[in-house]
Amino acid sequence: MTPAIVCRNLTKQFGAFRAVDAISFDVQPGEIFGFLGANGAGKTTAMRMLCGLSYPTSGEATVAGYDVYREQEKIKRKIGYMSQKFSLYENLTVRENITFFGGIYGLSDKVLKEKREAMIGTLGLSNEAGKLVGSLPLGWKQKLAFSVAVLHDPAIVFLDEPTGGVDPITRRQFWDLIYAAADRGITVFVTTHYMDEAEYCDRISIMVDGRIEALDAPRLLKERYHAADMQDVFYQLARKAVRSDN
Amino acid sequence: MKQLLVFVRKEFYHVFRDRRTLLILFGLPVTQILLFGYALTSEVKNAAISVVDQSKDPATQAITEKVRASTHFNLAYADQTVHQLETRFRRNEIKCALVFPEGFAEALTHTGKARVQILTDGSDPNTATILTNYLSAILTDYIGQQQAGIPYRIDVQTRMLYNPEMNGSMNFIPGVMALIFMIVCTTLTSVSIVREKETGTMEILLVSPFRPVLVLIAKAIPYLALSVINFLLILFLGVVVLDMPLRGNFFLLFGESALFIITCLSLGLMISTIASTQQTAMLISMMGMMLPTILFTGFLFPLENMPRPLQIISNAIPSRWYYLIVKSVMLKGLGFGYVWKETLILAGMATALLLISLKRFTVRLG
Repeated sequence: MTPAIVCRNLTKQFGAFRAVDAISFDVQPGEIFGFLGANGAGKTTAMRMLCGLSYPTSGEATVAGYDVYREQEKIKRKIGYMSQKFSLYENLTVRENITFFGGIYGLSDKVLKEKREAMIGTLGLSNEAGKLVGSLPLGWKQKLAFSVAVLHDPAIVFLDEPTGGVDPITRRQFWDLIYAAADRGITVFVTTHYMDEAEYCDRISIMVDGRIEALDAPRLLKERYHAADMQDVFYQLARKAVRSDN
Repeated sequence: MKQLLVFVRKEFYHVFRDRRTLLILFGLPVTQILLFGYALTSEVKNAAISVVDQSKDPATQAITEKVRASTHFNLAYADQTVHQLETRFRRNEIKCALVFPEGFAEALTHTGKARVQILTDGSDPNTATILTNYLSAILTDYIGQQQAGIPYRIDVQTRMLYNPEMNGSMNFIPGVMALIFMIVCTTLTSVSIVREKETGTMEILLVSPFRPVLVLIAKAIPYLALSVINFLLILFLGVVVLDMPLRGNFFLLFGESALFIITCLSLGLMISTIASTQQTAMLISMMGMMLPTILFTGFLFPLENMPRPLQIISNAIPSRWYYLIVKSVMLKGLGFGYVWKETLILAGMATALLLISLKRFTVRLG
């Protein structure tokens, strides 16, 4: 099977600052891949390059088999994206948001309607479907945003700190949605601050100062660093950082 | 194409659900038109006047009737002596007075020359001048109506072309139209795009297969449509409420206005590629556009009187050209043959602005 994501020495340079420093890794189809790092470690920059939001300075990468330099348009059809900012339209209703995002991905009216109603049912939002998204609690918004990001059945979904500011119970529910998506064969590429979430991933990478310092299954990483939990692993690696927060 | 429609529909939802947007879109133009049309006009209406008629003959009575009929004056008093007028002026009861000496008609018919005195409140020189002009016009008008064949003395006659009644709103409305489009179109487009940058939805759009160029187009379409409605509203207010003439072709004016609106929308798009917060976008579009538009459009301050460097700068302001077009078409009734140059300049500006914004918008991805 061809990997969902392939990175070889991917680098992004902003002037004298090397935000991402020659990172290399593969992500397998259907995998939940955790992308960890302290603030300013370069996670978001790396993710933006993979999503086609910015061009790499050097190195190579393919997403869903397409080249990030030349085939950005093809990549866009194959991926879903949820940013760390909440990113649905607050003054549109739940239903209108789903219709809009389904629409710009070119879903047909019939398919869109089926998917929309199914999604509203799954999320238990039947009573809120006609309400403005701005009036929903944050946790519901995040779940909705995720569902919208995978509405068009992408090969890979990129989640940039999707659970920021959400309570633990809602985070757990959010991860149920992630597992459901992975079961449907969607590759999940997720950045997070929460170390308990890191445990939910199949494999994780930890970025320090633009480089990937460690990459493996959470269990193996804990063994290697003789750590009780991921928090400890992360701490051991991240304290080597010389860069401060940006 | 269908994607574009989906996007445009979403934009309309945004507009109709945001009270602030609606207020800027429709509230601002209506207030400005009425404000400039009524409050800030150089026209004087219902100025209190007193007529002292010491002659009481058919001629003075006819002239008094004309004053009474004029909307500029409110014939408030008929006094007996000039002395009484002084008190009235002091009490601010009247703005001006017309004094006929004894034997007015007689002098007019026998010598062809009669004297009349106009007194005005010089503490407000602008109004005083305007009122004097109105009264002179009434007198000239009266003399013109007499066809007795006697060579009456003919005074120097001043007549304002295209605006014989000195209707003040005529200068303002084309200018205000330009001002409104400059501000409303640039503000709304720039803010609506920057808002998506701020909330993070722009990233989602850029990650989607929806093309960046289409984002800009889809953003501009609703505002184009609404601005055209706005144009009709302003035109209606101008023509029906403020008595503006529409002497030229309506469709020509419509087309030219659409072109100007597109120019302003493109300017808004360009601002959106510069600004990163809604406040900045708002500030650039409102404050940044307001001053140059007011200064360099020519409707408040004549461009001809400005120093050369400022005149050259004024050429870069789109509203200046639109103002010329509107005046030519609405007031002078001229056809396309007279405004093609201005049209070409506007079209050039629109194209340049649009290309720059598209370029900057896609570069931002890199």
